[in-house]
Amino acid sequence: MNGIEVRNTSKDFGNVQALKDVSVHFEENKIYGLLGRNGAGKSTLLNVITGRIFANGGEVLVDGETALENDSSLQKIYMMSEKNYYPENMKIRDVFKWTREFYPDFDAAYAAKLAERFELNTDKKVKALSTGYSSILKLITALSTNAPYILLDEPVLGLDANHRDLFYKIVIEKFSENPCTIIISTHLIEEAAGVIDHVVIIKDGKIIRDESRDDLMSKGYMATGAASVVDGYIADKNVLGTDSLGGLKTSYILGTLNRNDVPAGIEISKMDLQRLFIQLTNA
Amino acid sequence: MKIDFEDERPIFLQIAEQIEDGILSGAFQEETQIPSTTEISVNYKINPATALKGINLLVDGGIVYKKRGLGMFVSTGAVKMIRGKRKEEFFENYITKLAGEAKKLGLTQEEIVSMIERGFKQ
Repeated sequence: MNGIEVRNTSKDFGNVQALKDVSVHFEENKIYGLLGRNGAGKSTLLNVITGRIFANGGEVLVDGETALENDSSLQKIYMMSEKNYYPENMKIRDVFKWTREFYPDFDAAYAAKLAERFELNTDKKVKALSTGYSSILKLITALSTNAPYILLDEPVLGLDANHRDLFYKIVIEKFSENPCTIIISTHLIEEAAGVIDHVVIIKDGKIIRDESRDDLMSKGYMATGAASVVDGYIADKNVLGTDSLGGLKTSYILGTLNRNDVPAGIEISKMDLQRLFIQLTNA
Repeated sequence: MKIDFEDERPIFLQIAEQIEDGILSGAFQEETQIPSTTEISVNYKINPATALKGINLLVDGGIVYKKRGLGMFVSTGAVKMIRGKRKEEFFENYITKLAGEAKKLGLTQEEIVSMIERGFKQ
């Protein structure tokens, strides 16, 4: 099977179970949003996929082949993470040069073009970069590798609004011209919501949602009205959470909305992905 | 043109509507090319699959058509088709909402009619 398949994978750090029997399939040529609260297990999952840490059980397959200690499988994946793994004294241009040694399809001309668009000076050394530009360097490298699987862990960390805007545009350009699988793990859900096809939500080391963004979004809605009316309406529904403001109550509901069973006095509105995420992952 | 991610309607529907608005306003004339899926998705920062879904909706409705190797073009008669369709949707989109809000505010039918008359005079 093509894509990245994670099967029954667990990972413990001491007494903490960071991943609990996780199985998930990242298909080819889709943009995924890997969402979860701090400490939910997002980075652990990405690190297990790329063999940066070893799982306690289970396996990871890339295009049907085991990824563990398998160079040809790992070469298909590029992962950018918050941590910097480049030698501090290396110049940016040399980072690009060396990346090609590990990723033969690395497009140096494209990397130079992106550096220009982000106004990244390639004569600078890695250690001279700000947090934002350090992220930009890693993003440019990731998008230039032409690896079929690109994993981006908090890609927009430290980027200003203009650069975040540019980043999402470049991701879409790249994906349109040369489809690949991109997994974006981020806390800035609102910004990424439009870009992703498929949402994977991880909570306490377990995958709690794995479905297309449109399917997930069509299932969440809010009902607002007088508390007594809302209580009657939600009695038989899957309520994720509620907010109250005096006698006014808003319930966050997961399920298919049937407009015909909404009583008078209740306002129905849609939940955006971020709101839905907050309700799904509240303790 | 803008996409409202908090809007009740799915993004692909909003894309289709925005292109229709462009056709109605004359920005996209009949028998001229509309922006490509890539241009639309980059511009709005939305997934190309979503943009394609929106355009396909217009293709199914006969509003735009594909010229092989060139791109998507506005059909002859598209303006008339969109106007016809929008008139049908007008009741659902505006009148039912108007009636609902009016009931909430305790406005009578006569008051609403006089407001509409006032609106047309502006």
